[in-house]
Amino acid sequence: MKRRSPLTALAALFVFVFLYAPLAVIIVYSFNAARYGTEWQGFTVDWYLRLIDNDPAISAAINTIELACTSTFFSVLLGSVLGYGMSRYEFPGKRLFHHVLHVPVFIPDIVMAVALLLFFAVVRKWLAGFELGMITMTLAHITFQIPFVAIVVRARMADCDPQLEEAAADLGAGPWLTFRHVTFPLMVPGIVAGGLLAFTLSLDDFVVSFFTSGPGSTTLPILIYSSVKRGLTPDINALASLIVLVSALTVVTVAWLRGRTEVKS
Amino acid sequence: MAAPIQPSGPTGFKRRRRVRRTVHFGEPMPPGAQTFRAAWLCGPALAWVTVFLLVPLGFVIALSFAQRGDAGEIVWRFTGENYARLAGHGALGFDAVQPLILARSLGVGLATATLCLLAGLPVAFFIAGLPRRWKSVAVTLVVIPFWTNLLIRTYAWQLLLAPEGWLAQTLATAGLLPPGEALYPGWPAVMLAMLCDYLPFMILPLYASVEKVDWSLTEAAEDLGASPLRAFWHAVLPQIRPGMIAGGVLVFLPATGQFVIPDLLGGAKVALLGNAVQQQFGASRDWPFGSAIAVAALVVMLLSLWLHTRVTKGRREVALP
Repeated sequence: MKRRSPLTALAALFVFVFLYAPLAVIIVYSFNAARYGTEWQGFTVDWYLRLIDNDPAISAAINTIELACTSTFFSVLLGSVLGYGMSRYEFPGKRLFHHVLHVPVFIPDIVMAVALLLFFAVVRKWLAGFELGMITMTLAHITFQIPFVAIVVRARMADCDPQLEEAAADLGAGPWLTFRHVTFPLMVPGIVAGGLLAFTLSLDDFVVSFFTSGPGSTTLPILIYSSVKRGLTPDINALASLIVLVSALTVVTVAWLRGRTEVKS
Repeated sequence: MAAPIQPSGPTGFKRRRRVRRTVHFGEPMPPGAQTFRAAWLCGPALAWVTVFLLVPLGFVIALSFAQRGDAGEIVWRFTGENYARLAGHGALGFDAVQPLILARSLGVGLATATLCLLAGLPVAFFIAGLPRRWKSVAVTLVVIPFWTNLLIRTYAWQLLLAPEGWLAQTLATAGLLPPGEALYPGWPAVMLAMLCDYLPFMILPLYASVEKVDWSLTEAAEDLGASPLRAFWHAVLPQIRPGMIAGGVLVFLPATGQFVIPDLLGGAKVALLGNAVQQQFGASRDWPFGSAIAVAALVVMLLSLWLHTRVTKGRREVALP
């Protein structure tokens, strides 16, 4: 395989078409007038207009965003402090700790999901009134988000010289001033990147949510799954297209922002 | 969790214990004080992960040794029966269903990783050969499907493989498929979706490796009379091995535990570990047996990560975005 050969380019083009075929087909069918089946019966934007009156979809969207925001907030708080601590201090058992942190990253979704389902079932026996719902889902999401935030923040802080903080201290800044003016600004890019990662993971998650949700806490992925299982309704195509669009826009924005900061520095 | 982080395990070597001198207000900080500070920085998150992941996993392991009552309730009496069933002990002698599921999951994981590697290589080389500006555009094009909900991308294959879809229509006109028949559920559909869903996991680390390739080595090989294929095999392939391994792990692990893809596109014949767990915790109401399958999936994960650190000797060569 040469660095540049028409054959490589052709193969790559083919793979790109293959990668985008599913996204394209969802968007195309969201404009299909057919009520049942997948035969093309003309162009319509009806399904998008109907989404506005689709209460389950609206409440699922609200749940999804609420869940993602709450869990990201807490995981960023816990995860960035953890990432900072791991990057700056040595302590006994650090390597074991490092491995423990990778368990939620690589564990199959379904194993984590049933483990939490079991755990919440046990807690429910002890604690009357503790029901599956938004709270249990938030707890579950925070659990798988923490390591990702911590790993990103830690990588960021490993690139930053601790002498910067020491210099601030030498110049007479107290712990708070050092944190406020030196450490925190250094951490921000890591916190933002980790937070975005955590947010997207929460939006995308289906398996863990599916097992830890209760009545009234349906999220968009759960809604899509149950509609697909029941036999599809065309509004789902419109909803899925919107989600695809939002994901694509997010990725492009992040890439654009990253490109700008790279040019600056 | 669909996420691109490279494991950075222990080094195979004994590392000298390194005490980092942290200066705090002009004074070197003793290790004890470091541990104390680390405890309240790392403590809360560690406690969280312990309570909400390690303890639940402990419950799963404990439950895998319990029994199922007649009504699906849990009977806390020690038994190794769940694992015996997993290994193929049935009421009527050897029962291959469960061992087959395990073997099938491992096979699907390996096959997906191999297919992703074959399809990902040309893309990685293509992107690496692009001019600088277009590189970031191409990488973004790989990242977009990566960040798009896996459930949606999988469901889209139902539309692509539907009887009215052009793929089924083309095959029907060619006489390879009875008209009006869908191309799913079945193996081909599952493998197509697996390949499509996990390709970005392979392309990104591969590209990171290809980007660093020293091309003068190929030129040297060709100057010495190697055919292009031999030059690629001996001069390029060893250089991109870290990316191949990282991508392989990132594809193999989630593919082995997949639950959504076989569920939507596979049907009963293509049940993998994930589907088996869901079946036991759902319809079958046999939580102890489901736990045993979950433990098996956990062991597969730990073994592959261990193997990975052995192969790479813990060097963190390819970091993922």
